[in-house]
Amino acid sequence: MKRNTATGSRGTEPSATPVPVSRWSRTATGFTGVSVLAVAVMAVIPFIIGGPAEQPLITLLTFVAMASLWNLLAGFSGLTSFGQQAYIGVGAYALYLVAEHGVNPFGGIAVAAIIAAVVALPVSALVLRLSGGYFAVATLVVAATFQIIATLSPSVGGTTGVSVPGVAGYGDVLREALTYWATLVVAVASVAGVYLLVRRTFGLDARALSSDPVAAASSGVRVGRIRLLAYLAAAGGAGAVGALIALQTLYVEPTSIFSIQYSVYMLFMVLIGGMGTIEGPILGALVLFALQETLSSYGSWYLVIVGGLAVAATLAASRGLWGFASERFGWSLLPVGYRVRQPPQSDPQPPPK
Amino acid sequence: MNWVNAVIQGILLGGQYALIACGLSLTFGVMRIVNLAHGDLAVCGAYLGLVLSSALGVPVWVTLPLLLPAAFGAGMALQLLLFGRALRHGVLAPVLVTFGLSVMVENLLQVAATSDPRGLPGGSLALASFHITSGITVSWLFLTAFLTACAVLSGLQLLLSHTSWGRKVRATADDLDTARLVGIRVRPVFATVAGIAIATAALAGVFIGTIGTFDPQTGTDVLIFAFEAVVIGGIGSLWGTLIGGVALGVTQVVVGEVNQAYAVLAVNLLFLAVLTIRPGGLFTSRQVVREAAGQGAAG
Repeated sequence: MKRNTATGSRGTEPSATPVPVSRWSRTATGFTGVSVLAVAVMAVIPFIIGGPAEQPLITLLTFVAMASLWNLLAGFSGLTSFGQQAYIGVGAYALYLVAEHGVNPFGGIAVAAIIAAVVALPVSALVLRLSGGYFAVATLVVAATFQIIATLSPSVGGTTGVSVPGVAGYGDVLREALTYWATLVVAVASVAGVYLLVRRTFGLDARALSSDPVAAASSGVRVGRIRLLAYLAAAGGAGAVGALIALQTLYVEPTSIFSIQYSVYMLFMVLIGGMGTIEGPILGALVLFALQETLSSYGSWYLVIVGGLAVAATLAASRGLWGFASERFGWSLLPVGYRVRQPPQSDPQPPPK
Repeated sequence: MNWVNAVIQGILLGGQYALIACGLSLTFGVMRIVNLAHGDLAVCGAYLGLVLSSALGVPVWVTLPLLLPAAFGAGMALQLLLFGRALRHGVLAPVLVTFGLSVMVENLLQVAATSDPRGLPGGSLALASFHITSGITVSWLFLTAFLTACAVLSGLQLLLSHTSWGRKVRATADDLDTARLVGIRVRPVFATVAGIAIATAALAGVFIGTIGTFDPQTGTDVLIFAFEAVVIGGIGSLWGTLIGGVALGVTQVVVGEVNQAYAVLAVNLLFLAVLTIRPGGLFTSRQVVREAAGQGAAG
């Protein structure tokens, strides 16, 4: 399937008067500046405030990473996986195994991410044959299978689980600060990675195939390759998140690390924030964090509300909070599309999304 | 003799899986919705059976004339209020909505009934059994479940093939727009299909609750089993679903005979193996496979 460049299938047909098109804006520059500053401030928090600020921020940053990665899958590539906990679990156990073999556990996060992506490769050959709801349930089956395998493996503690080795040497303060920094790195890398990936041709291809796979394939999008790349990237990211969770809890146990709750959270954050935008999942992570802080004492009711809001968001506000805001006010802090700067007067076309 | 017994028990167990799965298969075949809350709704049926039978002080079978219409009504309501709307929001919306519904149902059950495992009072039928030979004992309850599954599947097949409702359903499933064009009112067709799907799920839930125990989290496992039966049997084929269920049941019991811990793992691996070798399942029509695989062929 070769791309037909002659007909300009990329949507940039040459017209008589060249239209100035830009991808960036002054707002985007400003927001990038603010983001860099915010990350810099967050990076020095362990020196200024320390422990009390680290714990909630670790939770929030983990949410941000999970939401951005799930958005890459479901929002941009149309792969609604409810089985990403499979790779969270693989990452956590991989961290345990490499730490057991003497690798520094903080360095082990990268190894865990790679292992998760490698494990995802054969799995993708199976699940990517399906799409939509069938893909969703197949990913659930994969996660359930991984959980059973972990339960049946005495080398990783079976049902009782294992504690993460190699962290006893650090003091509590240093260990927490290192975990915090690692979480910050993973969260920033997830958001920035997804952003940079989506700004490439990949993003256009992925969005094309998620809205109409057949049409996308017929205009030259390599559907299989795009889906594979999205799936592997999301799995690797989930592996890093799993390794972080293992470092936070210092204990890996199959029932909780393979919990479907992670998928519930990912779905909620992305739906509330706005699917298929870069800003949305971050906003969704903030909303979930706020909900968790205020409602988690209500136990199951908290999850009833989370599920209900996700349903309501899909039906009533399918573009989420960020989609609403950007539509209403024309905001775009991290643009992924192209904008016409000065629409030519002879042919007033609405700026493409 | 042990093995013969295991296979027989597995076939009977497969009937239950087919009973859960046929609603899932029907919903997908007609509305193109994979209802991720299907298992949770089956468990809801079991809880409703528990409430009714303890309120009335009768075995759960006696409550079926109340329970099944209630489940049918609930299915219609869900279709009209949720699924139908979700379908208008594109292909991903039904997946997200039914998953959200599943989360809500599980946690509402958790609030209402706690996570204690429950069982349903099956009356004398639950414990009765008969011997075929000295080594093979068949429980009446398992046999009833299997025969019920066969009856429900035959009934559905007859309804679909020979009634005017069935013609409307098949026409709608084949081509929604053309069906509308020739004057079929799609909303009531979809609503009755969803009603039947949820009623069969509730019936399956009653068998699950009578044969074993259930708690609010059982729904996900039920969904996975039902889904595996549907895919192994072939998406959209009712009798294939029965074969799929039987394949699951036999695998589970035979492997369980060797080592109980590996039974569910073996079932999942069987599913993944079928997905590898015959992604369309064992019995299926080509068109449905293409739809389930979506762009798989295009890649």
